[in-house]
Amino acid sequence: MKTLKKYIFPIVFLILIGLSYLFDFAAGKQVGNNFWMFFKEMILFLPLMFILIGLFDVWVPREKTEQHIGSESGWKGTGLVILLATLQAGPLYGAFPFAYILWKKGCSIKNIFIYLGAFSTIKIPMITFEIGFLGLKFSLLRTLITLPVFVLIGYLMEWYLKDKDFEVKQP
Amino acid sequence: MFLKLLPVLIIMLALVSIVLFLIPNETLVKYMGEGSGIKGWVTAALIGSIALIPGFIAYPLCGILIDNGVAYSVIAVFITTLMMTGFLTLPVEAKFFGWKVSVIRNLVSLAAALFIGLIMGFFL
Repeated sequence: MKTLKKYIFPIVFLILIGLSYLFDFAAGKQVGNNFWMFFKEMILFLPLMFILIGLFDVWVPREKTEQHIGSESGWKGTGLVILLATLQAGPLYGAFPFAYILWKKGCSIKNIFIYLGAFSTIKIPMITFEIGFLGLKFSLLRTLITLPVFVLIGYLMEWYLKDKDFEVKQP
Repeated sequence: MFLKLLPVLIIMLALVSIVLFLIPNETLVKYMGEGSGIKGWVTAALIGSIALIPGFIAYPLCGILIDNGVAYSVIAVFITTLMMTGFLTLPVEAKFFGWKVSVIRNLVSLAAALFIGLIMGFFL
């Protein structure tokens, strides 16, 4: 019953979209097109993220993670999570499960939030795309300004959360 | 973990699709375009914060806005909030970080986006 309740909205939504196509209802079709675009992205990236998470879980030992991106890792650790995040692709919600595995393996609070910041705003695979639409100057400036800002957010979050019982949960 | 997240993700994507439909590009240009001043900033921050939109949608959209005369600083706010803050995505985020931390992360990111826009305004 509980599972059914969780799926009721998605099912109603999909039926309405289906009906829109059937009766050629323009607004519904447009919402359907948007949904399909996002859904394709999710279906493409999320399984990849989960494979990556699985491999990370099995291959990378906790001591290594703690040593390289844990609380004692300093600037090198921050650089490492930024590199990791900028090389990955996909929407930010795809980064949440990866943040969980990083946390489980001993990544520091600061580096978790720096990872999320870098993941959402700076993507090496996307940079040519950004330059194409917004120009080189804008893209470079935005990257250079954004980078220190979310490193600062990492420090802020750590300072705020360090003596609260912060944890990244598995849903 | 994936299957547990699926219904929340679908609800989120459905809501984002509806919102995107309700806010056409012309409306964005009207509220963020030339001479919109502080109103443009507020619109960019508010609409940008509704959901987490990935770059491949955000960049072309912002390209259209720039061609229609929206200032670079406003675009910087819009693009940063689009990618970093999402109130519709909060339920997904909260499943990992808890509600309090998720709300704080989003609010701090919102402030950061305004700051980034301000600095961009000096250069462009």
